[in-house]
Amino acid sequence: MKIDKKIVISIFIFFSLIFVSEIFAGDSPAEDFQTDECYKCHLENDALPKDFNKEDIHLKSGLTCAGCHGGDATKDDMDEAMDPKAGFIGKPTHEQIPSFCGKCHSHIQYMRKYRPRIPTDQEEQYYTSQHGMLLKKGDQKVAVCSSCHTSHSIFEVKDSRSSVYPLNVPETCNRCHGDKEYMKNYKIPVDQYKKYAKSVHGIALLKKQDTGAPACNDCHGNHGAMPPGISSTSFVCGECHVNNLNYFNESAMGKAFSENELHGCQECHGSHEIEKPTDEMTGVGEESVCLNCHDEGDDGYIAAKKIYEELKSSVALHDSAKIQLDVVKRIGMDDIDIGYKLQKAEQSIIKARTLVHTFDPEKVAKETNLSLKNSKEALELAQKEIKDAQIRRRGLGVATFFILLLIIAVYFKIRNIEAKGKN
Amino acid sequence: MDKIKNNKIFQWLHERYNLEPILEFVEHKQVPMHKHSIWYYTGGITLFLFIIQVCTGILLLFYYQPGVDSSYESVRFLMTKVNFGWLIRSIHSWSANLMVFFAFIHMFSVFFSEAFKKPRELTWVSGFLMLLLAMGFGFSGYLLPWNELAFFATKVGTDIVGDVPVVGELIKQLLRGGPDVTGSTIYRFYAIHVSILPLIFLVVLGLHLLFIQRQGMHEPEFYESLPPEEKHSIPFFPNFFLRDLLFWLLILDVLLFLAVFFPWELGIKADLFSSAPAGIRPEWYFMFMFQSLKMIPAKVLGIEGEILGIVFFGILGLLWLTVPFWETVIAGKKRPWLMKVIGLLAIIYMIALTIIGYLV
Amino acid sequence: MSVKRRKFLDYILSLGFTGLVGSIIYPALSYLKPPKQAEAAVNSVKAGKVNEIPVNSGKIVRFGRKPVILIRTSTDEFIAFTATCTHLGCIVQYREDKQQIWCACHNGLFDLKGRNISGPPPRPLDPFLVQIIDDEIIIAKPKRMS
Repeated sequence: MKIDKKIVISIFIFFSLIFVSEIFAGDSPAEDFQTDECYKCHLENDALPKDFNKEDIHLKSGLTCAGCHGGDATKDDMDEAMDPKAGFIGKPTHEQIPSFCGKCHSHIQYMRKYRPRIPTDQEEQYYTSQHGMLLKKGDQKVAVCSSCHTSHSIFEVKDSRSSVYPLNVPETCNRCHGDKEYMKNYKIPVDQYKKYAKSVHGIALLKKQDTGAPACNDCHGNHGAMPPGISSTSFVCGECHVNNLNYFNESAMGKAFSENELHGCQECHGSHEIEKPTDEMTGVGEESVCLNCHDEGDDGYIAAKKIYEELKSSVALHDSAKIQLDVVKRIGMDDIDIGYKLQKAEQSIIKARTLVHTFDPEKVAKETNLSLKNSKEALELAQKEIKDAQIRRRGLGVATFFILLLIIAVYFKIRNIEAKGKN
Repeated sequence: MDKIKNNKIFQWLHERYNLEPILEFVEHKQVPMHKHSIWYYTGGITLFLFIIQVCTGILLLFYYQPGVDSSYESVRFLMTKVNFGWLIRSIHSWSANLMVFFAFIHMFSVFFSEAFKKPRELTWVSGFLMLLLAMGFGFSGYLLPWNELAFFATKVGTDIVGDVPVVGELIKQLLRGGPDVTGSTIYRFYAIHVSILPLIFLVVLGLHLLFIQRQGMHEPEFYESLPPEEKHSIPFFPNFFLRDLLFWLLILDVLLFLAVFFPWELGIKADLFSSAPAGIRPEWYFMFMFQSLKMIPAKVLGIEGEILGIVFFGILGLLWLTVPFWETVIAGKKRPWLMKVIGLLAIIYMIALTIIGYLV
Repeated sequence: MSVKRRKFLDYILSLGFTGLVGSIIYPALSYLKPPKQAEAAVNSVKAGKVNEIPVNSGKIVRFGRKPVILIRTSTDEFIAFTATCTHLGCIVQYREDKQQIWCACHNGLFDLKGRNISGPPPRPLDPFLVQIIDDEIIIAKPKRMS
């Protein structure tokens, strides 16, 4: 027993020393793996993994090949190094991967050493996801950890090189979900990415590079990815669009929707192809979504028409005031008050558009009337400024009068002097 | 004159400083009158516009704050919240353009009447230097309100400077205060516009006027050869002075009219990161050069076209500056028509390229 | 030319000259008269006296053409942020009940550090500096590194 204790302590000290030396090695653990026998041999034989990246987070943190694959990296003999007795695992099979990663990532004590704040429930979550459940049933094609995170080019989520960096997520999911051949047996669409890229969220994320915009995982979840069920779609949207959901749930429509088992938001806005909503989606025109259910003459039809008219008139007045504001700005007259008024008008329009989800024309009208009032005031102010710019000309009259008077007087003075000179 | 001599203040000063020479000078300065006398006024008008520039410029300094945000905002403030601020700025802008315009006219009138000939070589040189300085004023002042057009015009303009062989890149960086047009460019242009250029300009202007007073008005050849009894001239004071005044008043009226009826706009605030809007063009007096550079092919005999163009204009400018010195060699009495042809070609070239620049 | 006519001419001359000088001096002097607002609000703006804002309340202050929200927190600190919501540009307000910054348009919430914590806003609000000099609240643009 005594000996055992000594061994345990010395091993402990040994590893602590390694650990400490790693900390002091600072930013260049990358140097360490150069002496790593696995790396050396695989490099020489051109047998490094295809996606091998020296900047990989595990490699950077000091985990070399053996850190995941096991074996003894100090032996230059292949058989010794890759001896299962030395803990060599080799390449895990597809269904082994979650537990392969999980052997570290599911252990809080282990992970704490590197990233004290990192969650350790990814594996657990994964098995609740559609991917995980199918994997358990023996499906070899579903995504595992490495499908999204890659095997040897893993970076932190906030690192823009990462395959799961927000801007890269849609592309990463699309690698499988957009592959018609690959998805053949699952009977789900493969055009989500295409639709998403055209959607308001997709444009914000992919085109404007606004990482605040939702990528796939923001609605479907990360490791527990699932298509949201009927009851949860609205909640998913409502996570950000709080007011819209609240208004909707409080409205009579909300109740009717849930009674008829209709998806809340999705019925009108779609799911992956959510475009920037237009005012024309209300009303009774061709783009109206109200008419999907309502018919001419019913209460909904009348309400839709009224709401549209309210929105349209306030937008029109706002826009015409905006044109005048631009004129005022360009000619260099005072535009600040007009700008503030117009901002108020615009804000009311935005509120009114949200209030569309109450499906109550009167509530919408409250805001649109406010918008109309502000737009009108802005328009009047703008016209006054433009007029003032013209009125300024009057002052010129006075100056011109004196200048002309002086010109005439000087002219006669010259004649006067020169006539005198001749005499 | 007698009235002035009897003036008490004049007597007080005269007692102490002996103003006789000045009086003598003023009394005897004569201006020849002939069919081309009208051109004598163009210099005076340019001077008058310069005085207006100084006055309005000083007034603008009371409110202008250079800086990325403050430049535009302070000009906007000046135009909206300060009494007559819009007028002062509008006059400053219009007067600047008119000044360059009249400087050109003055220059060409001197060129065609061959007033640059001996002994007035240095008057010509100082005059052309002032035109270049005036263009420098225009270029640096254009940026100061920090609006979109000015921002991009400055970008393009300093880019062209950067193409000057050998020293171009250095000058560009010095002008911009860094590799790009940024807030620091405003400070530099501001310093150039309100202190460096005015100082140099005043010195050159002083010399220019001194030369003219020392040598008197130039008499064109046809006038010079007239018999003395047919030479008609008027005293500078008060006759010519009053006529000068008449023109100044007319110009002032035109200037006010332009400033009020076509007020200089403020434009849209420049955004460092926005892409260039369509229709970026320099001020009109740079247009012929800008357009020429645009029309030169990208590569001429293996040399970059733009560099070639810049070198070309550099040589032209140098030639133009030194006209009085080589004119006698190639034209002189043998070929009196040659200089007229050169001048005409220059005007046609400038006007044509300017028109093309605005049409395309 | 009669003396009378010459006198009249001189009279007109001096009238015209005086008028011209007047129409130059008048705009120039009124130009120099300090305007109501002393200078273009670019770098800082006065937001009123300390006692004008109760504890745990907010106020929108105009900072040039941009609105800024000034908040006196329940712990009696003064903080300020740009008042333009990062979602669609509505003007945010201070919610005394939640002690948070709230955007009425889409129910976006920001904490008192300006961070977007709920609702659609994708980014935090930009902070402004608040200084109190002689009981006067002064909001200033944060110095940007350039």
